[in-house]
Amino acid sequence: MEFIKPNINVDFVGKRKIAYSVSLALILVSLISLIYHGGPKYGIDFAGGTVIQIKFPASVEIGDIKSGLTGVGLENTTIQTFGDPKDYEYLIRTEIPLKTDDNFSEQIKAAVQKTTGSEPDIRRIEMVGPQVGKDLQEKALFAIYYSMLFIAVYISGRFEFKWLACATIAAVLMGGIYLLSKLSISMAILTVLALIITLVLFWILNLKYAMGAIVALIHDVVITVGCFSLLGKEFSLPIIAAVLSIMGYSLNDTIIVYDRIRENLRKHPKKPLGETINRSVNETLSRTILTSGITLVAVLSLFILGGGIIHDFALAMLVGIVVGTYSSIYVASPILLAWQDAGKKK
Amino acid sequence: MKNISWKLVASVLVVLAAVVYTIPTFKSEIWPYKKINLGLDLQGGMHLVLEVQTEKAVESTIERLAQDMRIALKKEQIRATGLDQIQGSKISVRIEGKDQIDKFDKLLNDSFKDLRIQSRNIDGDTLSISLDLPDKESSRIKKMAVEQALETIRNRIDQFGVSEPDIRLEGEKRLLIQLPGVKDTQRAKDLIGKTALLEFKLLDETHDVDAAVKGTVPPGTEVLYEVREDPQTRRAIKTPYLLMKRAILTGSYLTDAKVQIDSQYNEPYVSIKFDKKGAQLFEKITEENVKKRLAIVLDQKVYSAPVIQEKIGGGEARITGRFSPEEARDLAIVLRAGALPAPVKILEERTVGPSLGTDSINKGILAGLVGAILVILFMAFYYKGSGLIADIALLFNIIMIAGGLAAFQATLTMPGIAGIVLTIGMAVDANVLIFERIREEIRHGKPLRAAVDAGFHMASWTILDANMTTLIAALVLFQFGTGPVKGFAVTLSLGVISSVFTALVLTRVIFDFLIVQRKIKRLSI
Repeated sequence: MEFIKPNINVDFVGKRKIAYSVSLALILVSLISLIYHGGPKYGIDFAGGTVIQIKFPASVEIGDIKSGLTGVGLENTTIQTFGDPKDYEYLIRTEIPLKTDDNFSEQIKAAVQKTTGSEPDIRRIEMVGPQVGKDLQEKALFAIYYSMLFIAVYISGRFEFKWLACATIAAVLMGGIYLLSKLSISMAILTVLALIITLVLFWILNLKYAMGAIVALIHDVVITVGCFSLLGKEFSLPIIAAVLSIMGYSLNDTIIVYDRIRENLRKHPKKPLGETINRSVNETLSRTILTSGITLVAVLSLFILGGGIIHDFALAMLVGIVVGTYSSIYVASPILLAWQDAGKKK
Repeated sequence: MKNISWKLVASVLVVLAAVVYTIPTFKSEIWPYKKINLGLDLQGGMHLVLEVQTEKAVESTIERLAQDMRIALKKEQIRATGLDQIQGSKISVRIEGKDQIDKFDKLLNDSFKDLRIQSRNIDGDTLSISLDLPDKESSRIKKMAVEQALETIRNRIDQFGVSEPDIRLEGEKRLLIQLPGVKDTQRAKDLIGKTALLEFKLLDETHDVDAAVKGTVPPGTEVLYEVREDPQTRRAIKTPYLLMKRAILTGSYLTDAKVQIDSQYNEPYVSIKFDKKGAQLFEKITEENVKKRLAIVLDQKVYSAPVIQEKIGGGEARITGRFSPEEARDLAIVLRAGALPAPVKILEERTVGPSLGTDSINKGILAGLVGAILVILFMAFYYKGSGLIADIALLFNIIMIAGGLAAFQATLTMPGIAGIVLTIGMAVDANVLIFERIREEIRHGKPLRAAVDAGFHMASWTILDANMTTLIAALVLFQFGTGPVKGFAVTLSLGVISSVFTALVLTRVIFDFLIVQRKIKRLSI
């Protein structure tokens, strides 16, 4: 059985200008949504606050839950149904990290039972203080940045045998970030700065493959984050985990194409780069589509059947896999041509 | 053949080990070894991050030193016009008169060597001096407070009875506490968070309590309350007491605390026992204060304030206060384990009920199974015979992850289950790469054996490179993540390693067996 015929020859490289426009448009939409919403919507992991997951044996009115909570001094709560509506399960959120001692859960239970008339089961309480939230935010940003950096080092080493150059860059960047983090600069700004410096360094040192991979990664992460922002989904620790594994996964694709490009460059050194790249993308196309499709099926099953806790996590994965596959075909490889184009203009 | 044999041996060994480690989780009667640990999100339980308020430990040291200084000044007959504790961590003293200042300086040099002079001004005949603790000393007190808090909380939890609690220091002054399977989370939290500072304070019976409540508190005294619930009206009744600020005895002299039942009222109370020094102190105090009232204060709440009838020897006392049996038991535990050197604040709390945990496991397993079956069916349809080989590899992969989780005593969390599902996709990917390569080589007209060899050979480095990046991301995640996310990083790393192994070694063994031993001529791929 074959979905993609072996002699397939789609002109991916020729259409790269269109792909660039699509990518730019997507990134722009993501950034506009992020700016419009004032940054990503943080869940309590990062913003601090309290979440209570509560389940009833029968249908209740959200308004009744709310009035019960107001009775015990819990104002400004947002209440949503959680998971399947038939489970009568709700998620109560406040931005304040509540003091959860002094019979907190008993009080809530009693108050809500009074107004709704059915006995709730408090299934989960999560409270994160503002300081912890801030720490977790920093950790998450660091994690994303460092994964990118280490991956870049690995790619430069493996594809261009520039272990030393790249490891030096990484060491200097890490040292610089460490020193700067001692000063009180916003972590978000620091990470963006570090990212820009990393890209500039790769450009100067002519580390094509690493540069291509990192640009594709940034592309994937920004679009996934933007997608979450558009859908009004919250960022939590598991979502960061999903984003990081998307990075690993999207690179998987990218590296496989790169590997083929390198192989074909060795085989046919005389052919123009554009043609070689296009040929390589086509040769690996069957595998790329198959793997992405298979992983998509597995994650889709998680998305549909995995339950409320894992729902958003699976959603981030779904978006990430689609965008990652697209970017390894249309972004990571054509970008290798950027050097050639830049050379011509001179 | 030599090449095949090591791969075969490795495959058999790894698969056997994985099976051996996996068995106890599902059938513990066959082979009761290490089971896979379930995370708090899957089995229910409580995760707490506490901060030890170490500056309070420094403040109470300063408070004690200020008390000592007051007594010393009285003894040396030095009259201070002001002696206050300011901003919690400083003592400011004002002395008037030349000879008084000289006497004070001598006292400071002889008895209070540890205090650092922060500022010293002489204005005419008046000396204003501000004292605090040197940085080294205050950081030592802070460090001690954290260590002691960790030890005390560990003791309390041990006595409370939680199986496999995890209590760790995180950073400088944060404590990470994981209590899997705890049901009565409220009680556990009360037990952990209680400072449990037991103090004995004399009542000030020369001044009026009501006046003090209204705001005119005589120097050296304080108003504390006894809170009791009226059994009939079920309303809290607060009774104020005017107490001497200085505690004449504290819980640090305790050796034991037990729950006992009062035979007269059939009510539980906590009987406490002092050590030798504490017993002597208690005897002396009761002897000197017969017919006066002594309040028993726990964490700034008065429990009772009985009149001392006679000298009490033997070093035993009782704390009453209309306790429920659980309250009495928990009070005994915290008194036995000792007081926290400084109060703790809950920074982060995550409580998952057991029913939610079970739901999560069931849903996760269902999703994983459906995903796996779909992938297995697809592979068998698309690659036929070779697809079946990949399916076998996939099954072994899952067993290897399970075995790895048990062997390394890693924790399986809900995101961890997601990691396994994701691994199903990745594991198949390696095989897809190899199969596509083999198909390509066959298309180029290579004979079967050469095509298979070339396919594996060409795909090997690609597979390694591609998985390496995921491994890097997973390792970074492990380093930065906490709890459930760490669990995800673990299963993802295990999945990456095992999928590389099954693709490059295990699948190869099966192919080699088919081609070399069975001498098949056509490969179904």
